[in-house]
Amino acid sequence: MNATPLRPGAAVIAERGWFAAHKWLILRRASQIGILLLFLVGPWFSLWIVKGNLNYSYTLDILPLTDPYLLLQMLAAGHTPEKLAWIGVAIVVIFYFLLGGRTYCSWVCPVNPVSDGANWLRTRLGLKGGAHLSRSTRYWILAMTLIVAAITGTIAWEMVNPVAMTHRGLIYGMGFAWVVLLAIFLFDLLVMRQGWCGHLCPVGAFYSLIGKLAVLRVRLPARDACDDCLDCFAVCPEQQVIRPALKAINGTPPVILEANCTNCGRCIDVCAKSVFVFGSRFGGKMSEPVPSSK
Amino acid sequence: MDQESKPKPAGSNAARRQFLADTARMACGVGLLGLGLGFYARQATALPPVALRPPGALPEAEFSAACIRCGMCVRDCPFNMLHLAKAGEPMSIGTPYFIARQAPCEMCEDIPCLKACPTGALDHSLTDIAKAKMGLAVLVDQEICLNFLGLRCDICYRVCPLLDKAITLAPQPNPRTGTHTLFIPVVHSNHCTGCGLCEKACPTEIAAIKVFPLYMAKGQLSAHYRLGWVEKEKAGGSLVTPDIQHQYHLPEGLRYEYAPGKGLSTVPQGEVPPAPAAPVIPKAIQGNKL
Repeated sequence: MNATPLRPGAAVIAERGWFAAHKWLILRRASQIGILLLFLVGPWFSLWIVKGNLNYSYTLDILPLTDPYLLLQMLAAGHTPEKLAWIGVAIVVIFYFLLGGRTYCSWVCPVNPVSDGANWLRTRLGLKGGAHLSRSTRYWILAMTLIVAAITGTIAWEMVNPVAMTHRGLIYGMGFAWVVLLAIFLFDLLVMRQGWCGHLCPVGAFYSLIGKLAVLRVRLPARDACDDCLDCFAVCPEQQVIRPALKAINGTPPVILEANCTNCGRCIDVCAKSVFVFGSRFGGKMSEPVPSSK
Repeated sequence: MDQESKPKPAGSNAARRQFLADTARMACGVGLLGLGLGFYARQATALPPVALRPPGALPEAEFSAACIRCGMCVRDCPFNMLHLAKAGEPMSIGTPYFIARQAPCEMCEDIPCLKACPTGALDHSLTDIAKAKMGLAVLVDQEICLNFLGLRCDICYRVCPLLDKAITLAPQPNPRTGTHTLFIPVVHSNHCTGCGLCEKACPTEIAAIKVFPLYMAKGQLSAHYRLGWVEKEKAGGSLVTPDIQHQYHLPEGLRYEYAPGKGLSTVPQGEVPPAPAAPVIPKAIQGNKL
């Protein structure tokens, strides 16, 4: 039952089994793969459920979904889109406003498994330290992309955006986009923990702003049971979000209110004391904590 | 660099200095990134000449602001001839294009690719595919064009969806044989949609007729140019010096006729040569019209 620093969640695995200790991770991977498959069964089997990609998609010829960040860049670049794009943006904004903007990052984004993989390997190899950069850098980059769009009159960020590049690549042909993914993997592995998703990516930064007041949040009803094993910190892609809620810093209620929590649920998976559950920011639970054996 | 993790320097002045220094550092660093991105974006919007945009595409500068790179046009093209530019291809990544020689636009009447575009990067005001301007066909290689060589290939002329409008055949004497006619394919930019069917069908190893984006293929007269014969038609008569017939002092028995194809000829015996016509004042300058 001793959690070695190289295997966060080992205690839970020993106690409740591997599947229970990876429940949300498995669901998340299923969501990521499932969403990708929805896009791929069209070109693969001519089964057209969803057309397009994460920038804009059209489901069953009725549901438009538009990436709001991209639409904002488009407006900055000086173009006003057609009606369907606007409807799509409204749906997406409302969805993530309720479910947490960065839920996109951990449940939808195709770069997330790459970043998670790098972090997993980093932990297993015991790699520590690396370059340091403020997590607010992404907001600066976000502002910069909008300014560049306005100055150049192009959606400039789209030309280098690894998120869109990957997703579009998987559906329409990868080209050299693999190189970008490899670069992110190596950067996250060797240069900076969660370097891309946690510090630089303006897409995530934008979604965090949408989800600032999200209803779906991770709650900590049993935060008094915390035994400081630090497993949640080891797996959390945005470590700074846990402490205020867990340690009641400045009287923070037992709910993670930080906009950059990605609702990935890994803390729920790995906590042997069942401190975390999914719930609403206003209280109440959406998932029952697994009863601890102690 | 992490503001949050650093202990606050004592005194608000020191804190302010720290804040300003951090802000300046971040602004500079990200600003440099932005500079690079901006230059790259400007460069990457140049479209290679073989790549054509789907029908209704906005001019390239506006297109790169408007295209959301979703690929809906690619999906809704029934002929599957559109592609999205992949990473590493020499054009704005994720934007749609087609290569006429590989698979041209079949010019669907309902333009499904355009209807699928959610942003209007493919302009929804285009409703008649015959008005599309994806590019302009140019007979680039007159040395190998079979019609130029004197054969009746005519394939580009025959496959053109705007038959006898976008491409016509202009007869010319064949100077090599001296007895035959060359049927020279002539592209008319007011009708050519740039669909690329001619380029695809051209039977030479490398197409003699190619479609280029308009910016490459189309010239433009200087704004002050006027075509005299057009202006004359518009005004209903000559706008410049009156067409006064020139008086020739011709040898006896000869005459000069002004009609096209005429000229100097012998007056048949017994016929009185016609008197030169009185000068006619052109309609356009009669009265005070000019």
